Amino acid sequence: MDKGLYETSITSNIEISPGVHVISFEKRHGFISGQVIKIALSYEHLPRIYSICNGTQDNEVNILFNIKEEGYLTPKLSSIPEGGKILVSKPSGSFVAGNESTWMIATGTGIAPFFSMLDSGVIACKKLIHGVSYLNQFYFGTEIRKKLGENYICCCSREQGEGIFHGRVTSYIKGQANLPKHFKYYLCGKALMVVEVRDLLISKGVPYENILAEIYF
Amino acid sequence: MEGKREVLFGKTLTELQQIAAKHGWQKFVAKQIAEWLYKKKLISINDMTNLSKNTRQVLKETYGLGINPFSKVQESVDGTKKYLFATHGNNFIETAMIPENDRKTVCVSSQVGCKMGCLFCMTGKQGFQSNLTAGEIINQIKSIEEREEVTNIVYMGMGEPFDNLEEVLKSLEILTSGWGFSMSPKRITVSSIGIIPGMLAFLEKSNTHLAISLHTPFDEERKNLMPVEVAYPIKEVVKEIKAWDFGRQRRISFEYIMFKGVNDSPKHVKELARLLNGLRCRLNLIRFHPIPGTPLIGTDEETIQEFKDSLNKKGVFTTIRASRGQDIYAACGLLSTKELVKNR
Ligand SMILES: Cc1cc2nc3c(=O)[nH]c(=O)nc-3n(C[C@H](O)[C@H](O)[C@H](O)COP(=O)(O)OP(=O)(O)OC[C@H]3O[C@@H](n4cnc5c(N)ncnc54)[C@H](O)[C@@H]3O)c2cc1C
Ligand code: SF4
Repeated sequence: MDKGLYETSITSNIEISPGVHVISFEKRHGFISGQVIKIALSYEHLPRIYSICNGTQDNEVNILFNIKEEGYLTPKLSSIPEGGKILVSKPSGSFVAGNESTWMIATGTGIAPFFSMLDSGVIACKKLIHGVSYLNQFYFGTEIRKKLGENYICCCSREQGEGIFHGRVTSYIKGQANLPKHFKYYLCGKALMVVEVRDLLISKGVPYENILAEIYF
Repeated sequence: MEGKREVLFGKTLTELQQIAAKHGWQKFVAKQIAEWLYKKKLISINDMTNLSKNTRQVLKETYGLGINPFSKVQESVDGTKKYLFATHGNNFIETAMIPENDRKTVCVSSQVGCKMGCLFCMTGKQGFQSNLTAGEIINQIKSIEEREEVTNIVYMGMGEPFDNLEEVLKSLEILTSGWGFSMSPKRITVSSIGIIPGMLAFLEKSNTHLAISLHTPFDEERKNLMPVEVAYPIKEVVKEIKAWDFGRQRRISFEYIMFKGVNDSPKHVKELARLLNGLRCRLNLIRFHPIPGTPLIGTDEETIQEFKDSLNKKGVFTTIRASRGQDIYAACGLLSTKELVKNR
């Protein structure tokens, strides 16, 4: 039983893309963008972790998740209506960015902590590379484009679109002749993407000390 | 492997009792099946000769046995063996058997691949394929040549045990129960990188030993080596461990791979002593054998020795783990990755 959880009500639950939801609930504790919270539906089950995906100035906490058909929590969480109860924890975690020049690299819902950073005003010297399978998975794309302009790179592996790099994030990075070695590289998403991108960056001369990853295990 | 058919090996006594009840058999039949599965030598359900013919027939028609032979074995000059077991989708898991004096320790895998992405680990480079079932975990003991001589078990192979908590706990129940392998929990150690909720559930539900992969006491450094640090910082892990009553029998240890110029300085000694202060534990220093494509190299022997002595002087009980089976890719994940690449 996780004693650090408290009950709260969902204030909205929106399906922003097929099988992908953003749920919101009241903010009781301040957070730093990039942090995570734990969510459970009962004290008996181990909670799952989610990145907060909105700005620190908001009065609510938002999380972005995709439904894992065979999973325990996400199918249930996706069908909880406004007013429904969930258990959440205080924010925690240290995947937080500062003012340094940074490349943010995400796949799928791994965009969440980066959108929180951008939405909180952590924008200067940031470049964001988002890899997805289909065009409708560029979550928060319009808002990010407004904030980052050309420093927002969209990579789509299974569909083509205007201004979109056709291929995986690894292909995009492979194609970059000179990676800035003193920049920070923040990676977020599934394990295989993180280890592949990390190996690639290291092989291109980026010191491993400049690479920080959050894996959605 | 028996495709998608439900298998018997890996079921707890309670689950076998449920099977017996479902088929209208007496409760003791479940105990008889458990004894065949976990205490005796058998190659098919036909071997369960004290069950009625009819019971055996129903079992054969409905279930697979789930005991699977290894597909490859390599032996090191020092006697260490590395077994490969085939799992679903052309993947392989590794099991090591390490003989030492009168002990035979088996190092089992708990997942196919791993999601944790530690910088120094070959298994991490495979990404995650699937969780192992309790049956697949204990099959790594049942199906090796030394099955009768195993004295100790460590969950230090491929995967993070607390990312597959349910099946790991089930496998521990089968290994330590009187109806199962009847092993003493004192002979089993589960090693984790410190997933706190899973660790707390493990501490509550099992009484086997715990080992935590520490590798550096500094948050910023650990984040670069082990992505888990951003979610579960080592300081929090140790805090939870300090708050737990381990009693007199149960042991907690920490694993520390030594990387040259990264985590082997006097500053690390000082911080380790501070972090582990007040905890009755052992710190195990491990030599690093580089894996392909890693920017890390191992600390030299002299520095390892000095590091050990300095920690002992500061009151942290520290030992150096003997390197075993280096000639057979004994670093976890190397052999199965080689096989994976070959098959792809
Ligand atoms: C630091 C961190 C941050 C995260 N942030 C986010 C985020 O912002 N958004 C997000 O969507 N996710 C995030 N995750 C992942 C999230 O915590 C959950 O793991 C995910 O949502 C799935 O939860 P679930 O309960 O639905 O699935 P689970 O029940 O946990 O199952 C996960 C997957 O494993 C499979 N599975 C379950 N049990 C077994 C088994 N016994 N054997 C084999 N396979 C099995 C399921 O089929 C499913 O596909 C994060 C994870 C971490 C560690
Ligand atoms: S060291 Fe362990 S937890 Fe880390 S990637 Fe390798 S198998 Fe996974």
